[in-house]
Amino acid sequence: MIPTAFEYVRATSLDDALAKLAASKGEGKFIAGGHSIVPLMKLRLSQPKVLIDIARIPGLSGIREKDGRIEIGAATVHHDVATSALLRKQCPVLCDTAAAIGDPQVRNRGTLGGSLAHGDPSADYPASMLALDAGIHMNGPKGWRVVKASEFFQGLFTVDLAHDEIITGVQFTPVRAAAYAKLHQRASHYAIVGVAAALDASDGRIRSARIGLTGAGPCAIRLRKVEEALAGKTASTDSITAAARHAAADVQTVNSDLHASEEYRRAMVPVFTRRALEAALTRLQRG
Amino acid sequence: MAQVSIRVNGRVRKGDVEPRLLLAHFLREHLNLTGTHVGCDTSQCGACTVLIDGRSAKSCTIFAVQADGCDVTTIEGLARDGQLHPLQEGFWEEHGLQCGYCTPGMIMSAVDLLNDNPTPSERDIREGIAGNFCRCTGYQHIVNAIQYAANKAARK
Repeated sequence: MIPTAFEYVRATSLDDALAKLAASKGEGKFIAGGHSIVPLMKLRLSQPKVLIDIARIPGLSGIREKDGRIEIGAATVHHDVATSALLRKQCPVLCDTAAAIGDPQVRNRGTLGGSLAHGDPSADYPASMLALDAGIHMNGPKGWRVVKASEFFQGLFTVDLAHDEIITGVQFTPVRAAAYAKLHQRASHYAIVGVAAALDASDGRIRSARIGLTGAGPCAIRLRKVEEALAGKTASTDSITAAARHAAADVQTVNSDLHASEEYRRAMVPVFTRRALEAALTRLQRG
Repeated sequence: MAQVSIRVNGRVRKGDVEPRLLLAHFLREHLNLTGTHVGCDTSQCGACTVLIDGRSAKSCTIFAVQADGCDVTTIEGLARDGQLHPLQEGFWEEHGLQCGYCTPGMIMSAVDLLNDNPTPSERDIREGIAGNFCRCTGYQHIVNAIQYAANKAARK
């Protein structure tokens, strides 16, 4: 499959990337790993006139710790997130999420920023971004802004990112007691249902929980009813099992496709919510 | 047209290409390296897997211009002085191929796997080739072939 013809340019800095995007007069798209846009271009669902390569911009990739927060550059490939010693120690849910994306070849090329900008309803990262309450950092002609994950994912392939902006990275406070559980589609490895759960607890009691769900509906959402059901409860398997039953009530529109019917997805949401919470609880108890 | 300069199997290859030319087609049609196969053409089957700067990648999902300045290894670059690479030998000895279509991609993925993890378990191997489909479904012999190569390296 051959895409329509386009001009290819390579950006040398963030400013250069934004200038090249502005110069394309709405006909340009960024490419980093290309694992969302190249398949779309081959199907001619996307036909940019200019492709601006941002993969080699210095400083746009990498995982850094800064004042108790962790910052991941937009052009960081999934493999580097999956194998990061810093994340494994402080925020293992992100290693698990990245390791669950696609397959080794996809993880060697695909990037965090690309996945977020694309806003695929079955992408893995959105669930964890929600559970970590991550801030998505972006830059554009009007300057920098940060959007909370809970406001970033707006609908099917729709995110809060203007056509003249670029995602530069994400920032979050690491959570050890968090985990990701996923039912994956066997060929593409996309999430049929994916749930990331993060627990904040002290003295055996859950202070608060954040749970992100991907794959089930048009975009990733927080499971607020489950979160409410967990707040103030004992950190135990019993509370988790009881709270996970509320998961279905949080889900309005459910996808149905050849991989899974609406009924099946709806049935799997509480199951994977419970599994993610159980794994997060195990991490909580191990300290 | 765009100028690319890509080191393929140790040799710098230059070319004038359309930006929309996929790396798989650059290898196959411009360089006549037809060992890299195109299977599904939708980033799933892994038959087109090559190494870019040492890491496995699906060459049907990368434009040749993106690999400009990179180091690319294809199945043709594995044998040394007429001696099969241990993975090629493993596929020979363990009957790791039936129709052979997926084989180059399987081997390139296995190279990346063994570079990261020289002593993989059976599960590690199966996860390492999760991005490669064998439509003959000959996975068991493929796993054995990769294990053979790992064992051979461990004996050295």
